[in-house]
Amino acid sequence: MRKVKADPKGVLTGAHYLDGDFAIAEGGLAAGCRFFAGYPITPSTETAERFSERIPFVGGIFIQMEDEIASITALIGASWGGQKVMTVTSGPGFSLMQENIGLAVMMETPLVIANVQRGGPSTGLPTLTGQSDMMQAKFGSHGDYEIIALSPDSPQECFDLTIKAFNLAETFRVPVFVMTDECVGHMHEKVIIPPADEIEIIERKWYQGPKDKYLPYKPDKDLVPFMVKAGDGYRFHTTGLTHDERGYPVLNAEVQDWCVHHLVDKIRKNAHKIIELQEDQIDNAEVVVVSYGITSRVAIRAVQLARKAGIKVGTMRMITVWPFPEKRIKELAGKIKAFVVPEINLGQIGREVERCAFGQAPVIGVTHCGGWVHDPEDILKAIKEAVR
Amino acid sequence: MSREELAEEKNPMEDFLRMDRIPHIWCPGCGIGTVVTSFADALKKSELDLDKVAVVSGIGCTGRVAGYVKFDSFHTTHGRAIPFATGLKLANPELKVVVFSGDGDIVGIGGNHLIHAARRNMDIVVICVNNFNYAMTGGQVAATSPMGANLSTAPYGNFEYPFNLPYLVETCGATYVARWTSLHIRRVTKSIQEALAKRGFSFIEVITPCVTLYARRNRLGDGLNLLKYYYDQSEIQHGADTRTVGIDYQGKLIVGKFVDKEKPTFLDGMNTHLQKVLGEKYVPYGVKP
Amino acid sequence: MTIRFGNLRPKKGNIHINKERCKGCGFCVEFCPRDVLELSEEFNKKGYHPPRVVKADECIYCQLCEAICPEFAIFVTLKKEEEKGEESESRP
Ligand SMILES: Cc1ncc(C[n+]2csc(CCOP(=O)(O)OP(=O)(O)O)c2C)c(N)n1
Ligand code: SF4
Ligand code: SF4
Ligand code: SF4
Ligand SMILES: [Mg+2]
Repeated sequence: MRKVKADPKGVLTGAHYLDGDFAIAEGGLAAGCRFFAGYPITPSTETAERFSERIPFVGGIFIQMEDEIASITALIGASWGGQKVMTVTSGPGFSLMQENIGLAVMMETPLVIANVQRGGPSTGLPTLTGQSDMMQAKFGSHGDYEIIALSPDSPQECFDLTIKAFNLAETFRVPVFVMTDECVGHMHEKVIIPPADEIEIIERKWYQGPKDKYLPYKPDKDLVPFMVKAGDGYRFHTTGLTHDERGYPVLNAEVQDWCVHHLVDKIRKNAHKIIELQEDQIDNAEVVVVSYGITSRVAIRAVQLARKAGIKVGTMRMITVWPFPEKRIKELAGKIKAFVVPEINLGQIGREVERCAFGQAPVIGVTHCGGWVHDPEDILKAIKEAVR
Repeated sequence: MSREELAEEKNPMEDFLRMDRIPHIWCPGCGIGTVVTSFADALKKSELDLDKVAVVSGIGCTGRVAGYVKFDSFHTTHGRAIPFATGLKLANPELKVVVFSGDGDIVGIGGNHLIHAARRNMDIVVICVNNFNYAMTGGQVAATSPMGANLSTAPYGNFEYPFNLPYLVETCGATYVARWTSLHIRRVTKSIQEALAKRGFSFIEVITPCVTLYARRNRLGDGLNLLKYYYDQSEIQHGADTRTVGIDYQGKLIVGKFVDKEKPTFLDGMNTHLQKVLGEKYVPYGVKP
Repeated sequence: MTIRFGNLRPKKGNIHINKERCKGCGFCVEFCPRDVLELSEEFNKKGYHPPRVVKADECIYCQLCEAICPEFAIFVTLKKEEEKGEESESRP
């Protein structure tokens, strides 16, 4: 893993007043992204607009593609062309991307997709918030696979986590999703962009060995294979078909088993290096509020009120949602009375918490279909119910 | 006596193919292999640095080409070879990017990408093997199937109008458009060579026999029969008005080089325009200092 | 001025066939301008009849068989002593 300082060309150092969408674009530029392919969709479009405005002064490509299928596929091509790449979208576009998210996973291609979530299904609520693509982020493409998803709760975190997303994508050769939502995307707040030399960037895992020995899918010690780019004389092949270490298609059960396990293991077995949680007052807690993204900010108020009322309540904010913090949830489940999981969907992550709690602690979901953020009172009610 | 085993001599295709993957999956008498040889020959004659050549295919019988050629090669998803190639080319403009795929892939499911890449004058070469059907999935009707042809999902004959590919891509902005049958070996080679030498969106349609499905279903004989038939039915009309080159079932095939013109590519346009509007502050992209 | 016609002899080729790779489509046999090849009676391992050379001396090194073979199973090399011959133009 080679760490470098950010390229100052892309870093707009200073204190800014930005919305989450703009902050994502700035995060990408700071991380070294020089290729953006996208298609307009509310409430994510501002990221594409910002990128198209800024990239001529940095040196790179912004291209508005004919649809989201083209956008994600162009990203995969561009990533193999050696660039750091990103796009941004929302529900309907995210749905269109799913097949080729699978291709990116199969080809082990680093790329970043920000999903500024809105209410679904279908065209749903284009201008209002939602968190209902969380399961789709994990399971939206066909087949067994693993990806990484992060969930920022503020414009500042949109910036920070987009950089982190790039670093993870490059480290693990996997698509990484920044799962934000309309509320954070359109919220204006102060965003501090540090000097370039304070931003740590992880370089792609470039292969350095002899050309004739290169195998594009031979796992290294950390399970992640080395990468090369087109045009460097490796004459490599890569395919969406089940393949061996050479990248050649081999269509049988044995290689399928190896190939899929490899894709899954490189994330699952490295989960401890990926997962980032923010916990507060969890040690003696009777109730733990598990939340992510904008909902975490609303939950703060509910937790304050509950503590005032003398309830021992801890919080776990998931900065990484996928891979899921299974171990930690399991650990806590044995010690507490209940989990409270507020989210702007009908219980997607709540169900995952329930699975990991394995009956040791009940999970109380505080859910609604989108269009507004929670009323802290509703979360407070659930906390009270949890200790009853 | 001639030597009938190759033993001591090197097959000239070894520089272009992943020999460890040959024999390929294509049926005996299938025309795709011949088009691959024409492509290799064109590359040989072009004297391009083969390390800078990338081949992108979608899914289908023809889509398997990417897996056999010894270049940086990408076997992507059905219909998406062109946007993949777009990303690859823009990310690394010194590459020569060639899309090699089937009619169903490029024009059917991928039609939207085709017209947009042509519109943008994306600097890529597209070789489209047209066998008038979705071969890999068993000979279903395609957007290129001539009216009246029998296909597995048009079992009583196709009644839809097919695309006229040269016309389609020309109107969308392609700067090089040619059509041949796979038996026009030297001409296919020359067209690919010309396309490789050009900057801009090039499209070469190669009418190719699908012996196992299209020929059998329509009782058109074996690969050899169909290969000859297409050749005999063809009439070379360089510069023909592409509106007139539509294909009727077992009818005349107008072939030739229809379009060969110069126009700034996507990258040329981007650099020139932004330089003009933004002046010194613009950081040009993909131009060698 | 003296004109020398001596260089215009046709080229001659050595034909190399990878019998095991052949799928017996007959393209090379059919399109060879000199009828150098014919499909043999013998079977290869996959059960196809590969071509065999019947008129080796007739081969003019046009490489059409090589260009048309969809299996990359046949190719032709120039006979050494003929290397000074003119380019053949007989490929379609
Ligand atoms: C999204 C998607 N839909 C359908 C398929 C199934 N499929 C595989 S190949 C193919 C047709 C290929 O036709 P064409 O591009 O003409 O290639 P050919 O086999 O004729 O050379 C189809 C429909 C697929 N792989 N992916
Ligand atoms: S099915 Fe048709 S196109 Fe596919 S390999 Fe066989 S002959 Fe060729
Ligand atoms: S090189 Fe020409 S003449 Fe010789 S065998 Fe091949 S096709 Fe026939
Ligand atoms: S063209 Fe090739 S595959 Fe066909 S018969 Fe001749 S050697 Fe065999
Ligand atoms: Mg086809």
